[in-house]
Amino acid sequence: MAEVLVHVDHLDGAVRKPTLELLALARRLGDPVAVFLGTGAQDAAATLAEHGAVRILTADAPEFADYAIVPKVDALQAAHDAVRPAAVLLPSSPEGKEIAARLAVRLGSGIITDAVDLTTDDQGPVATQSVFAAAYTTTSRVTQGTPVITVKPNSATPEAAPAAGTTEPLEVTFGEAATGTKVTSRTPRESSGRPELTEAAIVVSGGRGVGGADNFAVIEALADSLGAAVGASRAAVDAGWYPHSHQVGQTGKSVSPQLYIAAGISGAIQHRAGMQTSKTIVAVNKDPEAPIFELVDYGVVGDLFEVLPKLTEEIKSRKG
Amino acid sequence: MSLRIVVCVKYVPDATGDRHFAEDWTLDREDVDGLLSELDEYAVEQALQIAESTREAGEEAEITVLTVGPEDAADALRKALSMGADKAVHVEDDDLHGSDALATSLVLAKAIEHIGYDLVVCGMASTDGVMGVLPAMIAERLAVPQATLLSEVTVADGAVNGRRDGDTATEHLSARLPAVISVTDQSGEARYPSFKGIMAAKKKPVEALDLEDLDLDAAEVGLAGARTEVISATERPARTAGEVVTDEGEGAGALAGFLAGQKFI
Ligand SMILES: Cc1cc2nc3c(=O)[nH]c(=O)nc-3n(C[C@H](O)[C@H](O)[C@H](O)COP(=O)(O)OP(=O)(O)OC[C@H]3O[C@@H](n4cnc5c(N)ncnc54)[C@H](O)[C@@H]3O)c2cc1C
Ligand SMILES: Nc1ncnc2c1ncn2[C@@H]1O[C@H](COP(=O)(O)O)[C@@H](O)[C@H]1O
Repeated sequence: MAEVLVHVDHLDGAVRKPTLELLALARRLGDPVAVFLGTGAQDAAATLAEHGAVRILTADAPEFADYAIVPKVDALQAAHDAVRPAAVLLPSSPEGKEIAARLAVRLGSGIITDAVDLTTDDQGPVATQSVFAAAYTTTSRVTQGTPVITVKPNSATPEAAPAAGTTEPLEVTFGEAATGTKVTSRTPRESSGRPELTEAAIVVSGGRGVGGADNFAVIEALADSLGAAVGASRAAVDAGWYPHSHQVGQTGKSVSPQLYIAAGISGAIQHRAGMQTSKTIVAVNKDPEAPIFELVDYGVVGDLFEVLPKLTEEIKSRKG
Repeated sequence: MSLRIVVCVKYVPDATGDRHFAEDWTLDREDVDGLLSELDEYAVEQALQIAESTREAGEEAEITVLTVGPEDAADALRKALSMGADKAVHVEDDDLHGSDALATSLVLAKAIEHIGYDLVVCGMASTDGVMGVLPAMIAERLAVPQATLLSEVTVADGAVNGRRDGDTATEHLSARLPAVISVTDQSGEARYPSFKGIMAAKKKPVEALDLEDLDLDAAEVGLAGARTEVISATERPARTAGEVVTDEGEGAGALAGFLAGQKFI
């Protein structure tokens, strides 16, 4: 059976959820071969094997942490040349997309970004994408070269599918370009203790209607009652009420949770672009004309400061 | 020494208009107004600021704005010129219709080499395609370093330094010139063209180039050279607006009932 390369996104060996989703999708196309770069391969191996990796190619070198993007492109190219895979899959993170971009140029391969589903037919992988702020759903394929495809988080459910997961060292020779962009400092983002925005099953977002940084406590309280991540509109971020890393939309994160709750958000096209593929959408807004109500499964016209605290209490009491 | 900056700007359909596919699955540009991609305004702005600080340090700087696109894309160039860029290059050729990211990056890279450059500045993503891959592709083709998705950027002593707010960490990046960078919408509001800027832009040179000028073969670009193919495109059924209730004290309870019914609580 053909092999499919999966680029592993991890934090010091802790495999991030989108990679497990990629493995589930890769299994539809062939045997997943994971490519693990950096430190922590031992910690990751069991998880990757458990989710279907038949082989795990590992490489560790200071270049992966000290220089941006290109060292990983060199490694994936080496993996490609060694494996001759049916496709190369990467997570649709900013880094994943840029690695994919350079790899596609090197391989002369077509590239598809932000796939939300993957299937296969007799001509190879078929990717589903959601375009024009989710107004259209398209399917497409790569017609030349090894398909390079990046997949959005939450596009598949991780599946247990134990496989051999044999670890093999990957030989990587870094080219001259590898050390072109030095990472002079790296400050890890402090964890809020809440789920990662792009990976969360539920997201509660606040917008300009929240009215101030302190008021975001109302959003956070509801999020915590549901075990949800917190998002924000650009208006709220630009006002300095919530960090940019939580922005949902065209120029922020694109999320696709089971449930998206928008509070005090009008529903501008750029915001919709980042949340419109959510399975269930709920809004609380005091303006009955707010465009967000056009896409909700359930909406409440009302003051978020009235509705949200009561809802939080209600959820807590129902959960016991 | 003069710092030669090339800013890549895209002419895109207005995102607030209705965007559709044409029969060949390319973007239907007929019915929608176009404009300079708002995200590329940030690129023009950063280029202007870099040029200003270079000049303040007693060196010369020149900004060329570059677009690959249809005739109307000249509007995007004109806007960038009126913001303060010095000259423009417009690559236009019928055979470019339907180019994918790989082909567009090839054309842009060729044009950038034709212009001559020390620094290439891109937006973070185009507001229509939203791939965010071209800056990396251009850097790969030019064989120069990339420092992308910067929210702060400075150029000094032959190097570009910037701050990248990533998924899990904030990084500071440093690369020697020549290099390709892209800047985010967090890098600072773009200036509005002044009346003087608009008048001056009318006299600034716009060079037109086609594939032949760039030594490119039509087979490598456009629909002919596309390495991806759209199989189907279906308009997403408009989300049927669900139930909307007005809160008169019962809103939270009703919403909790809905969430419980959907098994969220
Ligand atoms: C190139 C570009 C990129 C962009 N990218 C993004 C992006 O990534 N993400 C994004 O979100 N935006 C983005 N925007 C901005 C977008 O166009 C909107 O300006 C923004 O989404 C508005 O945020 P908002 O809904 O919070 O604010 P508003 O549009 O001001 O809406 C606030 C809403 O809150 C309601 N409200 C007020 N008080 C209350 C209350 N007490 N209770 C209940 N409701 C209340 C109001 O009725 C109103 O509907 C982008 C714009 C551009 C041009
Ligand atoms: N046709 C084009 N002409 C000039 N620059 C472009 C073009 N397409 C994309 N770019 C540049 O590449 C960036 C990223 O585009 P994309 O990869 O399409 O999201 C944009 O912000 C522009 O700076």
